[in-house]
Amino acid sequence: MELYTFIEGIVVWLVSIVQYILNVIGLHGLADWLGGAEIVNILTYLGQALIVFLVGFVICLTMIWQERKTLGRLMDRRGTRIGPLGYAQQLADGFKTFLKEIIVPDKAWVSGYNWALIILIASSVILVGIIPLSDGWFLSSTPAGLLLLFAVFSLAPFAILIGGWASNNKYTLIGGMRSAAQLISYEVPLLLSTVGVILLAGSLSFGDIVAAQDTIWFVIPQIIGFIIFMIAMNAEVERIPFDLPEAEAELVEGWGTEYGGLRFGLIMFAEYLRGYAGAAIAAILFLGGWNGPYLPPELWLLIKVFIIFFVFIWIRGSFPRVRTDQILNIGWKWLMPLAMINLAIAVAFKMLGWF
Amino acid sequence: MAEMWVNMGPQHPFNHGLWNLRVLMDGETIKYAEPILGYLHRGWEKSMENRTYPQIIPLSDRLCYGSSMSWSHLYCMTMEELFDIEVPERGEYIRVIVLELQRIVSHLLWLMAFGVDLGNLTVMLYVIREREMFLDLLQSITGARMTYNYPRIGGVRNDLPPDFERDCIRAMDYFQGKIDDYEKLCDGSKIFRMRTEGLGVVKPADAINLGLTGPNLRASSVDVDIRRDDPYSVYEEFDFDVCTHDACDTYARYRVRMDEMRVSCDIVKQALEKIPDGPVRVKVPKNAPNKTAVARVEDPRGEGMMYVVGDGTDKPYRLSVRSPVFVYVSAANHMLKGHKIADVPSVMGSIDMCLGETDR
Repeated sequence: MELYTFIEGIVVWLVSIVQYILNVIGLHGLADWLGGAEIVNILTYLGQALIVFLVGFVICLTMIWQERKTLGRLMDRRGTRIGPLGYAQQLADGFKTFLKEIIVPDKAWVSGYNWALIILIASSVILVGIIPLSDGWFLSSTPAGLLLLFAVFSLAPFAILIGGWASNNKYTLIGGMRSAAQLISYEVPLLLSTVGVILLAGSLSFGDIVAAQDTIWFVIPQIIGFIIFMIAMNAEVERIPFDLPEAEAELVEGWGTEYGGLRFGLIMFAEYLRGYAGAAIAAILFLGGWNGPYLPPELWLLIKVFIIFFVFIWIRGSFPRVRTDQILNIGWKWLMPLAMINLAIAVAFKMLGWF
Repeated sequence: MAEMWVNMGPQHPFNHGLWNLRVLMDGETIKYAEPILGYLHRGWEKSMENRTYPQIIPLSDRLCYGSSMSWSHLYCMTMEELFDIEVPERGEYIRVIVLELQRIVSHLLWLMAFGVDLGNLTVMLYVIREREMFLDLLQSITGARMTYNYPRIGGVRNDLPPDFERDCIRAMDYFQGKIDDYEKLCDGSKIFRMRTEGLGVVKPADAINLGLTGPNLRASSVDVDIRRDDPYSVYEEFDFDVCTHDACDTYARYRVRMDEMRVSCDIVKQALEKIPDGPVRVKVPKNAPNKTAVARVEDPRGEGMMYVVGDGTDKPYRLSVRSPVFVYVSAANHMLKGHKIADVPSVMGSIDMCLGETDR
């Protein structure tokens, strides 16, 4: 069942209850207006947005929990211990950020400082709406879903650069510049590595891409593309070893130095949402998306997402951070040519008529 | 981007203590680096003139809590020179054991900080785990975990506890396997090599001119070790290698410290085999003779030296310290010029900063 139909049913049921009460009171006009198709439609979309946001929120909390637990195992310590299996620690930390004072630095460009955060978080939350959990579970489905996703995904460097500039701090400025350089240079291999998949599937729509992987996952013909994608996505979501923009050893906290309290909490939230988006794109493009036996398709996608995120955590646990010039060298001198080779392989497969 | 000054410090994650590194940057490239000290100045040398000789020992621990044993040992050694007393042989052996344990602890602390500087927290937590083991050993001897207050003028405070030898040998065998783990985690990682090789190069002649000592000098392929070249305590009794490396860069400094930990394990084992029975401490007079004394020691960070002037009373007339890291910070510009700002933590971290002994 599609998410829309499901929520529409709930909305219609709730509306009919309210209509009955209104009719009993005697407000017949209001009851008729409430039962109209437009109102039901709007309420359904609102409900859908709420549910998708809540799902994103829970996924985000689970990812933080997964990261803490896995890193704890890798580093030979316990990770979190509050609540069942340590899950409540994220909620407690989130609540703590609410209690902190919000400080805006003196002489900061306040509107830029605030708008950068808004753009970052809004673009990250939109990602959750665009990514379908299955062919029924989505907020927006367009034929060019992948293109839209990457368009929204690449809004972040802009926000980070503005935020780093507006904070009026040298560390944030350097962090913002680094972030812009890194994210822009890794967009290119990232997109190029997905072009092979788009070519093989013959579509930009998530549904078509997943349907095309019915027989064979694209990770097998596009293994180079998958590796490039994982490296570039690791850089795009700014995780170790590519966390230069916030390198805490050299730039304190990079572009986010001056964002404190709830703003910091929201930045972390946005970061994990982007991490989820990255892992979900990898699962959809290369690992067969929601294809899988027995379990519901939404669960299959989430399982694949958490497996990919585990790889991200593993990499984080075992590598130090690279340097600015090195990261650009890796991006332009290694990943770009490899992505080109990968694209040529995809073209060859397509011309041989295998896909 | 135009040139701009960036203050790395006095409160910054990369400097382990309070000091400031002003960096002139062109884009991300360092054009000039200027260390600024004085944020932690406690007037150590002056306050010593108001204390009697035994009262100074607990404060000499505080010179560097990363290697407090070797600093109080250096103090006691200087005073033995001044009072002209002979330490019993068992006391000297115990001193060597605790000094080498302290060297391992200090190098582990350095490796921890270096891992954090490079952004690898796993190194830090692994290293802290093994450091606990050595802290336990030192605690069983001295009763403390950081500032031991253990050496005394004319010996050490107490004898080794029973079962120490067994625990120590067991710990050494276990730890030598763990060093292989660290090497797999660090050397085995391509990114670690990328971040350390060819950075902060100090050529041998420059290293001598800049006054580098200890592991940093040996990493510049200068074969100098006070333990071997000017032996104190009972170091001439032992057979050990002096670890050097030819690369002269940050990686070489890492390499030398890893090798030194192995050598230290070896020395401790030899000492435990050869340790004789007997007293650990002798009586010392209260008032110092009217003369001067100087002693030097191979601190985990380099060459530590103390100079004392006795004036016939129970307090020193003057006590002066030569600390290795105070000299290293002046090499900051030489090592950092032309590198990126991201190399500041890895290069400055590799010289093993300790601000307690630097600022005093």
